[in-house]
Amino acid sequence: MLKIKNIETAYGNLKVLRRISMHVDPGEIVTIIGANGAGKTTLLHTICGLLKPRAGEMVLQGNDLCRLSPEKIVKLGCSLVPEGRQVFATMNVRENLILGAYVRYKKDKKKALAELDKIFALFPVLKERENQLAGTLSGGEQQMLAMGRSLMAKPALIMMDEPSTGLAPLIVKNIFEIIVKLKESGNTVLLVEQNAKAALAIADRGYVLETGKIIVQGPAEDLLANNDVQRAYLGREAV
Amino acid sequence: MSAKKYLPVLWLLLIVVAVQLATSYSGKEFYLTQLTMTSYYCLLVIGLCMVMGYAGQISLGHAGFFAIGGYTSAALTTNNFASYSELTVMQLLNRYGCIITTEDMFGDTIINFHPWLAFAAAILLTTIIAFAIGIPVLKLKGHYLAMATLGFGVIIYRIVLASEALGEADGISEVPAFVLIKGLSVNGNMDDRVINYYIAWGILTIGALLLINLINSRTGRALRAIHASEEAASAMGINTARSKLYIFVISAVFAAVAGAMLTHYNGGIGPSEAGVMKSVRYVALVAIGGMANFWGALTMAATLNFLSLRGMFGSYDDAVFGAILILIMLFAPNGLFKLSPIKAIRQIINRDRR
Repeated sequence: MLKIKNIETAYGNLKVLRRISMHVDPGEIVTIIGANGAGKTTLLHTICGLLKPRAGEMVLQGNDLCRLSPEKIVKLGCSLVPEGRQVFATMNVRENLILGAYVRYKKDKKKALAELDKIFALFPVLKERENQLAGTLSGGEQQMLAMGRSLMAKPALIMMDEPSTGLAPLIVKNIFEIIVKLKESGNTVLLVEQNAKAALAIADRGYVLETGKIIVQGPAEDLLANNDVQRAYLGREAV
Repeated sequence: MSAKKYLPVLWLLLIVVAVQLATSYSGKEFYLTQLTMTSYYCLLVIGLCMVMGYAGQISLGHAGFFAIGGYTSAALTTNNFASYSELTVMQLLNRYGCIITTEDMFGDTIINFHPWLAFAAAILLTTIIAFAIGIPVLKLKGHYLAMATLGFGVIIYRIVLASEALGEADGISEVPAFVLIKGLSVNGNMDDRVINYYIAWGILTIGALLLINLINSRTGRALRAIHASEEAASAMGINTARSKLYIFVISAVFAAVAGAMLTHYNGGIGPSEAGVMKSVRYVALVAIGGMANFWGALTMAATLNFLSLRGMFGSYDDAVFGAILILIMLFAPNGLFKLSPIKAIRQIINRDRR
């Protein structure tokens, strides 16, 4: 589905990503874990076109992403749930969701609106809040709205940036259950998380990012058992 | 939902008719003159409200677009183009009735363009200029954007002040009536005062309907999303640069329509219409109405423009609008209609304590 080879991204002279290579296969949950400032968000922003890589290759379903603008990449089926939700606070829930289908709405208004019902089935609480302004929702509801919004684009690949930020543990559990549900219904998810334990628990594979480099990668169970990962990210001293 | 959003339009029409009846029966029909002018300024303000409130961009150059519309109409309908009458283009235009030929008191032929042609030219020119300005300028943000559009406004002001064809400091006068269709014309005659009042507010209503539809369309949602978070809007697949450009051009066209119409109504236009203080005034009107509050901007534009045109602010006119802008930014950044005085006072007191 998504293949990345030797990607390098920099802010001015500061190289943030150094030769990152990774891939995501259809139907799996892949997680990228790492500490603050490791370059996780930079990587996602590079994939979805908000930042341009200095070098390397990125291919999504046979399409080269490196030179494309963000809106073209969304059209190719890659949708981002941004960090901190970034719902459109001054618009109501329904409008937020319809905006998610922006690239499809013009061509096929009916199908885009039919998608709304699916989203409401997945997140019943959004149906209850349909006409409420997005800014008045709770953090968990906003996260669901942000997820629903990007699902409206019917993406081939959903990328989530720190969905657990600022949410109560119980809500985080709820959100992660929904991510599993998404996978079960055939979606592909690239999940970026600081909450390594929770992310690895639901993921198929994982990459560990440290100061812009991938230091460990492998199946999620292996990473959970890996001594270095345990020490650095799971707060457990290896015995 | 769809019926509800048109309800204010109905109110607007009711108020317009009520005001006309009230003034006519009380013998104070002279108020309609200022109300007609007010409505053309309102047309500009609601266009600017789209750019500022809904797309979140600041333009300090809208008086420039107003002047481009007005001056193009005036120049094409008043200057003598007799020396160009040999050109094939002119003959072609003549065949389709786009040219008006008259004789002056010495028997010389005077050739002017038909107001409809002048109007079309004004809109076309404004669209081209708005695109040309918008493409580079809308890449700027915040106060850089304000500075760039301010520069554009100053350039237009200096051009109309220095061009002989545009009447230099005197402006252009004796602009003919704009015959929309037979028996319906935009002019400043006393006899046509009532009908011109209705033409003006009718145009404003059509403009309002267009913009209300735009706000609730796919494009409108995209604009509001850009206002909320440009990054997230981009991640939704919205081409942010193009959306901003479109709304900028649309609002420029609204300004040009207002300029052209008001020029025909007043029978002339002067360089003060292109002045920077005019642009500041329009920004102040949108701000006091509450940025993203369409009906708020319209209400405040109607009220304050009317008071200003009646001469209520005397020679302090520009000072009043400058002061309004400062006060609104300090104490009611969400506009006058979202103001709760007690809360505002409490905030000021608490700020001092800290």
